[in-house]
Amino acid sequence: MFKGGKITQGDQNIPQVANHGLLKYPFRLNFYDEPPLFDVTIEEFETCALDRLRILAEIESSAARNRSWEETKAVTSAQCSKYLPLSPTLSKFADRDGERKRDHLSHFVLRLAFCRSEDLRRRFVKAESTLFKTRYDDDISGERENFLNSRNFNWILVDQEEHTKFSTELIAAYQGPKGETDRVSERYYKVKWTRVPDLVEKRKVFLKGGWAYVPHREQSSIVFQEFEAHLEKALEMTARLLPRLDEDTRLVPILNNLSQGSLAGISSEWANASGSTNGAEIRAEMVDNLAKKHFPLCMRTLHDSLQRDNHLKHFGRLQYGLFLKVLGLSIEEAIAFWRKSFSRMTDDKFNKEYKYNIRHSYGLEGKRANYAAKSCLQLLTPGSSSDHGCPYRTYSPENLQSTLLSSYSYLGLGSADLPEIMATVKAGHYHVACTRVFELTHASSGVSRGQGIGEGESVTHPNQYAAKSMELQKAKENAMEVE
Amino acid sequence: MLTFYQRLYPFKSIYKWLNHENAPTRLFTHREFAFTLAGDVYLRYNSFSSAEELKKQVCHLNPTRFEIGPVYSARPRDKKTIRSGAFSPQLRELVFDIDMTDYDPVRTCCSEADICKKCWGFISAAVHVLDSALRDEYGYQKLLWVYSGRRGIHLWISDREAMALTDQERKALVGWLTVIHGGKETDKKLNIRNNAGKLPPSLQAALNHLRTVFGELILSSQNCFGSQEGYGELLKAIPDSRIVETLRTKWEANPSRTSEEKWTDLHKSLASHRNLNIMEDIIIQYTYPRLDAEVSKHRNHLLKAPFCVHPKTGRVCVPLDLESINKFDPESVPTLGQLLQELDTIGMSMDKEQTREAHSDWEKTSLKPYIDIMEKHSNALMDEVRREKRKADTSW
Repeated sequence: MFKGGKITQGDQNIPQVANHGLLKYPFRLNFYDEPPLFDVTIEEFETCALDRLRILAEIESSAARNRSWEETKAVTSAQCSKYLPLSPTLSKFADRDGERKRDHLSHFVLRLAFCRSEDLRRRFVKAESTLFKTRYDDDISGERENFLNSRNFNWILVDQEEHTKFSTELIAAYQGPKGETDRVSERYYKVKWTRVPDLVEKRKVFLKGGWAYVPHREQSSIVFQEFEAHLEKALEMTARLLPRLDEDTRLVPILNNLSQGSLAGISSEWANASGSTNGAEIRAEMVDNLAKKHFPLCMRTLHDSLQRDNHLKHFGRLQYGLFLKVLGLSIEEAIAFWRKSFSRMTDDKFNKEYKYNIRHSYGLEGKRANYAAKSCLQLLTPGSSSDHGCPYRTYSPENLQSTLLSSYSYLGLGSADLPEIMATVKAGHYHVACTRVFELTHASSGVSRGQGIGEGESVTHPNQYAAKSMELQKAKENAMEVE
Repeated sequence: MLTFYQRLYPFKSIYKWLNHENAPTRLFTHREFAFTLAGDVYLRYNSFSSAEELKKQVCHLNPTRFEIGPVYSARPRDKKTIRSGAFSPQLRELVFDIDMTDYDPVRTCCSEADICKKCWGFISAAVHVLDSALRDEYGYQKLLWVYSGRRGIHLWISDREAMALTDQERKALVGWLTVIHGGKETDKKLNIRNNAGKLPPSLQAALNHLRTVFGELILSSQNCFGSQEGYGELLKAIPDSRIVETLRTKWEANPSRTSEEKWTDLHKSLASHRNLNIMEDIIIQYTYPRLDAEVSKHRNHLLKAPFCVHPKTGRVCVPLDLESINKFDPESVPTLGQLLQELDTIGMSMDKEQTREAHSDWEKTSLKPYIDIMEKHSNALMDEVRREKRKADTSW
């Protein structure tokens, strides 16, 4: 049943270094080429998979919370040492083989659980490769070197002649830390550019005739890319073979449990697409008022430019439309709202070119998917242009300051608060800036510094911001009624 | 329109270009075609087993235009009968779209949908940069440039490796080629230099070309820094506020200074600060290709087929060869009306002489040079495939 994972590589010529010779698993890192072919008890099968799942869940939630790579790495390492410790080969007293065996087994069990759908596969690959990266970074460099030598990565070492030929280009393409001097002597590897798309996208390598010249310090990119590609392929293969397992009444329930458990546990509540979150129905004509009082800056600017230009570009419409949907605008009200906003357009044009898209976003056309509103993480992804995305990120500082003032000054944000906000923006903590704005604009509802949107939590989703804001208002109104 | 499809449209060349061989392969039979009919009716997921079948259907529906999509894992017309998981895009030419509207902030002659000979300078500069980057850095060879019929240009790359790129790889490639981020309200930032302040080699090569066209295009033809607005934009790109102020006062006092003179002023004041990188950045910002990234990133993006007629301008979307792109004038492209008239005159002169083969009619119209380009490109593609096959045969 594990045939899916078996993509034979030249593993036979593993160098048998003396102290490795005794170990079944000579390296801490594992590309998981070979399936575990030993007997395991059902209990072991389940428990070690659950342990690994805990680690992967933490990785996913790190991504959802916008943690930086350093933070993610620290959290992941901590989880690893708790649930699935892996000692370096050097530490002779630890049960190295035992630990590695558990790592090996749990990986393959989760492969079975996560190979079933495109979505699960994608998430699994993402989480697993983050885990691999963490371990790769943590590994002792000598051991890492041995591991790399044990596999054939199909890279071509750039020889002296070629090196000299392209030396100016190689130096110019090199993006090492400032002031590093030994880059001339750096080793380069040549691979097809499609194997290092991340480096290509950031223009970090030199390209010639379809070959990428990867400097030694970026070598890990090739390794990670290889790991992901390898795992993706293996998962698809496993998915195709999985039906053979259907008759096994012992394993199938466990696997179902594993994949479903992770679905419920990780994604934050705002990621679901379940329409209205406030219960109260919102009508088209209320949007303008709500926008002025309760919307985060990203949605506020979209709303303002929609009112000003009577138009929004496609991605702006998509972002704002889904936000309104989750806010509680029904499909009828949404169509009414957009129709009114696109006032310079004929009915005919509106019905033909826009209505479909609105209905589509409500899952009433096309593939009828119930789309979720975009989270901050998605809005922060680069590539967003002028009228959508996160304004804290995309706007120029001057523009951001004036927009903040014009949007929120009547809610209590003054120019004295700007330097603090701009400082966090400059440091790249856009969600912190957004949370601070929330605190300032809701000071009248009793929100003070550091409270965030309740219990110190920071903004991770525009709908969360708006919902909290509306909730506060409601509480305030209720309190007044009581008085 | 119907006459155009019946007598002029080069279905055979298009077929060869998409199919790479004479006998139909999956490259053609599993290919999606989408038709736009009069009244904005849009028909997706059509597929055909041969050029004749395509022609028949096109003549039957008489679409205002049609688009070409990817090669799917199954015949697109059978889409409804197969599991959704089993139907996915497999291969697709790597395509690019450069649209004049993206140049609105820097062009002074026209705006929005208009285009003239002057604006074409931007396209021509962009084409040269892109073409050499893709050939030299990525090693692609089968590039076909097609005028989009109004204000832009499309590029189709048919190399095997390019067709097999995944969406993720396409995104990376587009990232490599994009330097200008942000739109109207955002802070325009070129993040192109490494820590040592050096340009990566790919941009250095692009800059070397752009430098040669900058004077002609930006300074004389477009006179970009002539107006107050124009030089305001230029000053925004300079980080040193003292220089900005000096220049601003100088130029405000002499509103008649030409763009060339202002450029020289800038050069002088920057040279004294030894900061000529800024000049290079400005050249790149004004002339580097601005791509419509979404078109290139996804395999399933549809793009208008060559030789369609643009519904607004009536111009035919003709392929162009690289050498003549500099001299190309979008207004000289044959239009549908003109071609039909030519057909009439031919018909008149050859009156009753003989009944001719309908499909060679284009030979006598002004469409001929463009179809020749297409033919040449398709044949080169087919030769390549044939050569590879032969090689495979002998090795066996």
